[in-house]
Amino acid sequence: MNKKLHKKYWKENLKYLAILLSIWFLVSYVFGILLVDQLNSIKIAGFKLGFWFAQQGSIYVFVILIFVYIRLMNRLDKKFNLDK
Amino acid sequence: MDIKTWTWILVGITFTLYIGIAIWTRASSTGDFYVAGKGVHPIANGLATAADWMSAASFISMAGLISFNGYDGSVYLMGWTGGYVLLALLLAPYLRKFGKFTVPDFIGDRYYSNVARVVAVLCALIVSFTYVAGQMRGVGLVFSRFLEVEIDTGVLIGMFIVLFYAVLGGMKGITYTQVAQYCVLIFAFMVPAIFISIQMTGNPIPQLGFGSSGSDGVFLLDKLDGLHRELGFHEYTSGSKSKLDVFFITAALMIGTAGLPHVIVRFFTVKKVSDARKSAGWALLFIAILYTTAPAIAVFARTNMIQTVSNKKYNELPEWFSKWEKTSLITFEDKNEDGRVQYLADPLKNELIIDQDITVLANPEIAHLPNWVIALVAAGGLAAALSTAAGLLLVISSSISHDIIKKIINPNISENGELIAARLSAVVAVIIAGWFGINPPDFVAATVALAFGLAAASFFPAIILGIFYKRMNKEGAITGMVIGILLMLYYMMKFKFDWFGGGSKEDWWLGISPEGFGTVAMLVNFTISIIISSFTPKPPLAVQEIVDNIRLPNDAGDSALH
Repeated sequence: MNKKLHKKYWKENLKYLAILLSIWFLVSYVFGILLVDQLNSIKIAGFKLGFWFAQQGSIYVFVILIFVYIRLMNRLDKKFNLDK
Repeated sequence: MDIKTWTWILVGITFTLYIGIAIWTRASSTGDFYVAGKGVHPIANGLATAADWMSAASFISMAGLISFNGYDGSVYLMGWTGGYVLLALLLAPYLRKFGKFTVPDFIGDRYYSNVARVVAVLCALIVSFTYVAGQMRGVGLVFSRFLEVEIDTGVLIGMFIVLFYAVLGGMKGITYTQVAQYCVLIFAFMVPAIFISIQMTGNPIPQLGFGSSGSDGVFLLDKLDGLHRELGFHEYTSGSKSKLDVFFITAALMIGTAGLPHVIVRFFTVKKVSDARKSAGWALLFIAILYTTAPAIAVFARTNMIQTVSNKKYNELPEWFSKWEKTSLITFEDKNEDGRVQYLADPLKNELIIDQDITVLANPEIAHLPNWVIALVAAGGLAAALSTAAGLLLVISSSISHDIIKKIINPNISENGELIAARLSAVVAVIIAGWFGINPPDFVAATVALAFGLAAASFFPAIILGIFYKRMNKEGAITGMVIGILLMLYYMMKFKFDWFGGGSKEDWWLGISPEGFGTVAMLVNFTISIIISSFTPKPPLAVQEIVDNIRLPNDAGDSALH
């Protein structure tokens, strides 16, 4: 019984990782590198968008991603009674 | 007061503070010495990790690298921050749950083999020594430029300070000194940045300032792109490197960050798994403050510099120019003898060579900031270099006293004996690091950046597979690590030091630079590990239970272990 529950916990954890790491990949490798030229044609204030993602935006998203992960995992730990 | 007096005062105050903290937080057990007794608060650990992580290179050189490379410099910004997402999500919580002292501990236990442990120790030593030599050199350079003492004397002073708090306090002393060092270095980095941002754009937040316009109403970045085009450089906001290479370098830096033993070990120092996650979040937040400011400084400094010197009469240049000429960080040669400075992309016509380190070091002077602000930069640079050096020295000394002496040579060593061994190895490590700082081998500068490639190629796959792939066995992991690090060493020696027949840019495999090759070596490591493990026996049941156990955040599964 316990084993099954732990498996479920791990699966849920892996799901979170997949979602969060996709965003991680998107903002840095896709927006900041692969699509940088296309995004650079959009301009917000003095920033070309691709350049902004590479030097600013990706870093802000990284910070947010970790704090979202902390919240999700704390909730998950509670749900599975693994937070004591 | 002049700059030098201010510098002596600020350096004196901060050094006294570090020594004071070291005396107050002496280590009394091996647990204190290796992992600060596992009682560090997540925010304190976040601060310490940030200082540990941000080296002399982050503080002194990175803004300059970006300033001179424009968009191409983004690899450092994304690479050295994105790794923390990997650390927080894929490594920190599980390694904390595993709950031993060092990275080789994990590798040795998870792969039930002392061979694996020794391979991991060797990888940790290679990575840490290449990295620490650069830090001691950085300490010497800051001393020599700001206080006009010999570089070697500067290295010796730095050695003495690190020796004092690393040997006395171990991880516990280092942690709390690093907290203080983070405060010093971030203050020293932000104050000039805010001043200059206000000066150039009227916006006190540098992160927004470099996207605003100057007093002439032109956006700063547009102006800089224009100046670059005029002088023949490639546009600041677009790159000159190939996309593939930028991709691979960014990946190597990210994964390398997540594989650096002195960073990983910081997550062993907190109380529980949820704290390990939290401190990764805080660490990245504190790091991001500097990393999002650096590109702003880069733009301010680049624009300022070009406007101050380009096509100006040499004998009418401001005072800082001749001062930094003396340190040969700036060299000027009047090729067409018109008495003016021509700063151009064309190497035949260009008359000015500027070292990128000047961006941070001279920026406050170029912007006419008060003397105490200029002196702050010296204290900040020292804090950055010392904190990283101490973290690395701890990894080196615990590798020797714990992983080699306690785990392999003499398992019966007493707690006290091991503590003495740890302190002695720290002394030896400081002396070796200092020797490298005084007699820097030519390859130091080249290898610091490559330490990331080495970490990515060796540790990262072994740790990730150890957590996420239960079937991974010792045969796979050891072969993977050995081939990964050898492949990386080979590529780096071939294309950086001209060994094995050398080669130029045209010979790079798929056009990937040595800096980006860590990603390739890591992929090779992963592939080989998985293939070999599928042909060799499964890991023993007890090891599979370790894996089940580290995947859970609390001790629910522990009964199976004991």
